[in-house]
Amino acid sequence: MGQKISRRTFLERGTKGLVATAIIPTFLGSNLDKAFAATKPVDMKLQDYFVHFGVDEKVINDVMSVALSKGGDYCDLFFEHSINNYVGLEDKAVNRAYTDISFGVGIRVIKGDQTGYSFTEEITPETMKLAAKTAANIADTSGKFNPVKFKRGEKPDYYPIQTPWEQIGIDKKIPYLQQINEKIFAEDNRIIKSNLWFTNETRYMMVATSEGVIQYDYQPMGQISVSCNAEQNGRREQNYFDLSGRRGIEFFTPANIDRLAKEAVHRTVELFEAVKPEAGEMPVILAAGSSGILLHEAIGHGMEADFNRKNVSIFSDKIGKPVAEKFVSIVDDGTNQNIRGSINVDDEGVTTEKTFLVENGTMKSFLHDRISSQFYKVKSTGSGRRESFRYPPMPRMRNTYMLPGPHKKDEIIASVKKGIYAETFTNGQVYIGAGDFTFYVKSGYLVEDGKLTKPIKDVNIIGNGPKVLADVVMVGDDLAMAEGGWTCGKNGQSVPVSMGLPTVKVSKITVGGV
Amino acid sequence: MDKNEKINLAEWVKDKALKHGADQVTVNINSSRSVEVSYRDKKIEKLQESTESGLSVSIYADHKYSGHSTSDLRKESLEKFIEEAVAGTKYLSADEFRKLPDPKYYPTALDKNLDLTDNNYSKVDTAERVKMAKEIEEAALKVSDKIISVNSGYYDSYYQNVLLQSNGFVGESGGTYFVVDASVSVKDGDGKPEDSDWGSTRFFNEIPSRQEIGISAANRALKKIGQKKVATGKYDMIVENRAASRLLSLFTSAMSARSIQQKSSYLDGMLDKPIASEKLTIIDDPFVQKGFGSKLYDSEGLAVKKRMLIEKGVLKTYLVDNYYGRKTGMEPNSGSLSNILLEYGNSSLADLVKKTKKGILVNGFLGGNNNSTTGDFSFGIVGLLVENGEIVQAVNEMNLSGNSKDFWKQLSEIGNDPNKYSSVKMPSLLFEGVAFSGS
Repeated sequence: MGQKISRRTFLERGTKGLVATAIIPTFLGSNLDKAFAATKPVDMKLQDYFVHFGVDEKVINDVMSVALSKGGDYCDLFFEHSINNYVGLEDKAVNRAYTDISFGVGIRVIKGDQTGYSFTEEITPETMKLAAKTAANIADTSGKFNPVKFKRGEKPDYYPIQTPWEQIGIDKKIPYLQQINEKIFAEDNRIIKSNLWFTNETRYMMVATSEGVIQYDYQPMGQISVSCNAEQNGRREQNYFDLSGRRGIEFFTPANIDRLAKEAVHRTVELFEAVKPEAGEMPVILAAGSSGILLHEAIGHGMEADFNRKNVSIFSDKIGKPVAEKFVSIVDDGTNQNIRGSINVDDEGVTTEKTFLVENGTMKSFLHDRISSQFYKVKSTGSGRRESFRYPPMPRMRNTYMLPGPHKKDEIIASVKKGIYAETFTNGQVYIGAGDFTFYVKSGYLVEDGKLTKPIKDVNIIGNGPKVLADVVMVGDDLAMAEGGWTCGKNGQSVPVSMGLPTVKVSKITVGGV
Repeated sequence: MDKNEKINLAEWVKDKALKHGADQVTVNINSSRSVEVSYRDKKIEKLQESTESGLSVSIYADHKYSGHSTSDLRKESLEKFIEEAVAGTKYLSADEFRKLPDPKYYPTALDKNLDLTDNNYSKVDTAERVKMAKEIEEAALKVSDKIISVNSGYYDSYYQNVLLQSNGFVGESGGTYFVVDASVSVKDGDGKPEDSDWGSTRFFNEIPSRQEIGISAANRALKKIGQKKVATGKYDMIVENRAASRLLSLFTSAMSARSIQQKSSYLDGMLDKPIASEKLTIIDDPFVQKGFGSKLYDSEGLAVKKRMLIEKGVLKTYLVDNYYGRKTGMEPNSGSLSNILLEYGNSSLADLVKKTKKGILVNGFLGGNNNSTTGDFSFGIVGLLVENGEIVQAVNEMNLSGNSKDFWKQLSEIGNDPNKYSSVKMPSLLFEGVAFSGS
């Protein structure tokens, strides 16, 4: 998105024409206009975003004045342009590709803790005012808005990438999939099918509030997912492996390409040896990495302040109280470099941070957005996120992980006589109020007499959040972050997240089995 | 955008795509208007009104295929969008199976009225919507002083779609629906168990009683008080109708032609063979009046028919879409489902409970997953413990695990209570000797 081109287009064609240039030809990277590719999105300034969305300070102020005309306390305008590309391989050929482009503005009006919301996919002063008028109706008196001078807050850069995805044409992505696929079939002759996807997203967002805050961000995401099917003596198994992050194409190094193929194959063929553990309560060791799903379900959702403000979370009255051993500290962090759940600013324009949910065993802080931080009279934790301009924000997790503890992985495994070691996961869910949560273990190992023995597969684990926190009896020193493409769903909205965990032992939890 | 404007735009998109080098094109144009009210603490929590539209286009060029969607429908944007879509497609590998459906599979008549649209939709005003949500909250709050929080809601939508296949099909479909719901949290020591209830209809004047929804949500949450896990072991299992649709997914993910062709189905090779108890007959019926899954053609324009999925326990069909039909050589019959009906039995949920000596009535699933390649599954559950025909306590924090190949043969009775608020009209089901893990 070259500044010069866009500005000129703006002058020539006015607001409407400008939006036309907003369609970025990512699908056909090789034909990119040279000037268009000249500016790195990360170098774009506020004025570039104004041009990109076809607005200026006066237009935004005019829309806000309509939004607050019925007596609302506050409003914000959330502009978004996202481009998603998917390229797929099936039956050994890269034979499918999809693109999804989404462009629009959401207008939110808040009165007390009440929200009025509307959006439009066509960004013109007229359509925005119409949407603002709808959102304004959450209030029913009258109000006057004094135009504000917008000031931009601080914006860090937690996801530097070398080349913006807009400059990577489909022709550049195809060889990655072909290479991985060749490695898959070379790796093991039991592989009978593979499905690969190369996906990337680019999200430009700009948010302006009636309190005069304006922020913008460029949020990239890259992912390669590999799924394999294998057959042995008439029996079939399937598994997958993926790597995802706020990354550019340079992330997919030869070493990572190799891992994508080999790890997917390994995880699949190992299932031929897998057994189901016995059903019932037992000690569970969580491997370092994506086992952080435990934290996401057992505590993370329950610490989102909207649930607590409504007093429907099991953690509502736990702040300041001991909930775990002293060596347990859990954070939700937006600042991890290039990790999938990181955000420079949240979707309410608040600079992100690292928030302690539990510090040395004591419950510290909920995750706040604007509404909940006003209710609790604290600062927002920069956790207000939304799926797109079609939804108002809510408190959401970013990267949720446990800090390293005093134990060694080997001593943790050696301490279990009979239990399981859970390594890879597919999904989880929680009841916020009762605290019951589950996560599905795709693979792991039996632990017998202090050693990992047979592989296991396809078992659900179910526990209670506060109980499991209290039952974390050992924490390793080997924190690892999840590498895959985790997506969190809440009230119908999906956002990218990540998680992490050192090797952890939970003394007792219910394992589904036979 | 009305129907004719959509059709005109679809024709325009098709012409542009063909002009830029596509051999065949699919164009899909959607629009919808929806209103959502969320109500809590005797006031509106959120009021959202939206009008949206979207366009998607699939390009077939030299047997190469790609699909693209956008919410920016202005012609100057679209022309560039289409040009890039066609140009980018050429980089992909050719795939001989990529072409539009044979026109013989398109419907011959589109005049059947399934009664899916409330033509008075635009007359419903916001105050009426808010009143519905308010009535639900009031009804729920009155039930018990153990209630901590009630969140009630109202949602409606009016949607329209035009589908164009460049080899000779244009279809227009649409409908309305209205949903009311409530979720209730209650006090139980340290815990705050929650449950919800909802109802939905195609017509505003048929929205279910707000009192019933509110009271039912509250009673469901109250029944969870004192919930705890019980011993690991085999129990008979009653699955309440509204939870049972989760179990249906054990079949449907493995029935698609894609999963057969990709060798990821435990039902591969099982056509016309028994895969479940002979008590089980499942029918896919697209022509239910006012049905939530009713339609005359599917997303590819394939004419749909009433079909038997499972008859007396025997698998009768796979779900075959156009592409995987060509790839497997099976005749396409629509890869998607419409309304799911069963051959219903005579027992109510209460009757099933009365018959059960030692069992668990599952009324909700929590997380879990299934492996369509092997049939393995494991789900978290909540429910009620049944002993000698009586409900004796609430249970939670337990897992149900098994393999679909055996599990469906343990089905011993089908209830008489299809879920009227879903396209998946599952009744309550009774299974014998199912493995639960608990304490």
